[in-house]
Amino acid sequence: MAMDGGQSGGQEIIRFDGVSKFFGDFRALNGVDFTARAGERIVVCGPSGSGKSTLIRCINGLETHDAGKITVDGTALDGGRRALSKVRREVGMVFQQFNLFPHLTVMENLMLGPVRGRGLPEAEARALAMRYLARVRIPEQADKYPRHLSGGQQQRVAIARSLCMEPRIMLFDEPTSALDPEMISEVLDVMVELAQTGMTMVVVTHEMGFARKVADRMVFMDHGEIVETGPPEQVFANPQSRRCRDFLAKILNH
Amino acid sequence: MTRIALLAVILLLGGCSADWGWYVVNPQTPAGQTNLIFLLGGLKYTILMSVTAIAISVVLGLVVALPGLSSRRGLRMASRGYVELVRAVPVLVLILWVYYGLPQVSGLTIGVFWAGVIALALSDSAFEAEIFRAGIQSIAKGQYEAAYSVSLSHTDTMRFVILPQALRRILPALGNQLVYMLKMSSLVSVIGMQDLTRRANELVVTEYRPLEIYTILVLEYLLLILLVSAGVRWLERRMQTDAQG
Repeated sequence: MAMDGGQSGGQEIIRFDGVSKFFGDFRALNGVDFTARAGERIVVCGPSGSGKSTLIRCINGLETHDAGKITVDGTALDGGRRALSKVRREVGMVFQQFNLFPHLTVMENLMLGPVRGRGLPEAEARALAMRYLARVRIPEQADKYPRHLSGGQQQRVAIARSLCMEPRIMLFDEPTSALDPEMISEVLDVMVELAQTGMTMVVVTHEMGFARKVADRMVFMDHGEIVETGPPEQVFANPQSRRCRDFLAKILNH
Repeated sequence: MTRIALLAVILLLGGCSADWGWYVVNPQTPAGQTNLIFLLGGLKYTILMSVTAIAISVVLGLVVALPGLSSRRGLRMASRGYVELVRAVPVLVLILWVYYGLPQVSGLTIGVFWAGVIALALSDSAFEAEIFRAGIQSIAKGQYEAAYSVSLSHTDTMRFVILPQALRRILPALGNQLVYMLKMSSLVSVIGMQDLTRRANELVVTEYRPLEIYTILVLEYLLLILLVSAGVRWLERRMQTDAQG
């Protein structure tokens, strides 16, 4: 059973059919069906170990799935290299720990993908990088090394680095979980702006304020399954399942 | 601590002052000068041989290390096998085998210099491979994932993201290997390489002054290695500031 997108009526861009994933004996994903439409903004939440990170890491093939079928932007992830690199061209990813390249300057971090991955000439890649650095509001940091930036700035660089690939889909894996509280909003602001451009976004986060503001649809996961999905106002106001209700109670009332 | 050690050395050397015969290497006499120049002349070969060998062994070490990190079992086994085999052969044995054995097997004529270089490089490459493997494995998985997510191929990921970081981390270990190589190169004297050790040996045979000549030899190696250590430290600092901007 595939779930329909919320408000956005774009064409289907991500599709999971009965996807399972094991880590040894641990079942991280258990026959997951999931679809996202172009332009849709989806927030995935759930307790730790529920499979939410695995779900989005399967979208760009950082994890291989053991059963089922994943199609991203018309390409089936079949374990082949060609499909993988095609999908990764279209999918950007932002990580919890930023994962900037520490030995490269901010500018070099941004240019590496466009130059080596997309084959852009350096001048063009530089211009592109400047444009996206301006968009995440840190153009003045271009020549610094990541370690000289605050956590919030590093995560914004990481977002710009992904955007430089001009992807059709952006994945966020708990992008604010490693940040000091005062830096969370500067990252969320950038993400909200990105959402307004119509980017397809799948965001794993516990920032429910963000979910309310930008999500077209919430996906609640537990034990490797999608337990509940729907527009945020519906999921927040009237969660259908007990597990979802318990989870929301825990993260909203602390 | 340093002062006590220094004192001990002075006492030790002073204790045998009666037999001290520094004239052998006295730069103020023509004979002493000739001897000194002869001894120092070995420096050229020791350095040339060690540097050539380390350059080859670093490249070879990387070539051996990379398949050792592959997901394919066969490649991993081959890398492992090479390391275990080469590491098990004493350097001196390898020198003798390469110089006397390899020409017979291969039909090539191998000079003393290249026999020394090949043996030292082979022997060291196993250690270099282990150093590279450890260095590469110390880089966080997230670095690969970030590189893949901006569409870098595996080769580009290694070349632009993983190896530059690994290299910085293993620099002290590589410096160590260079020091080790300089010392091991003295073994090549047994096949007639005119290095520091060989020349000291030859002079001892004609001058019968082993204490003085071998003391000079010790000082030659000490000085050489202190210089290399300082060089490595300087390089480390430079790479550090590079990364800090």
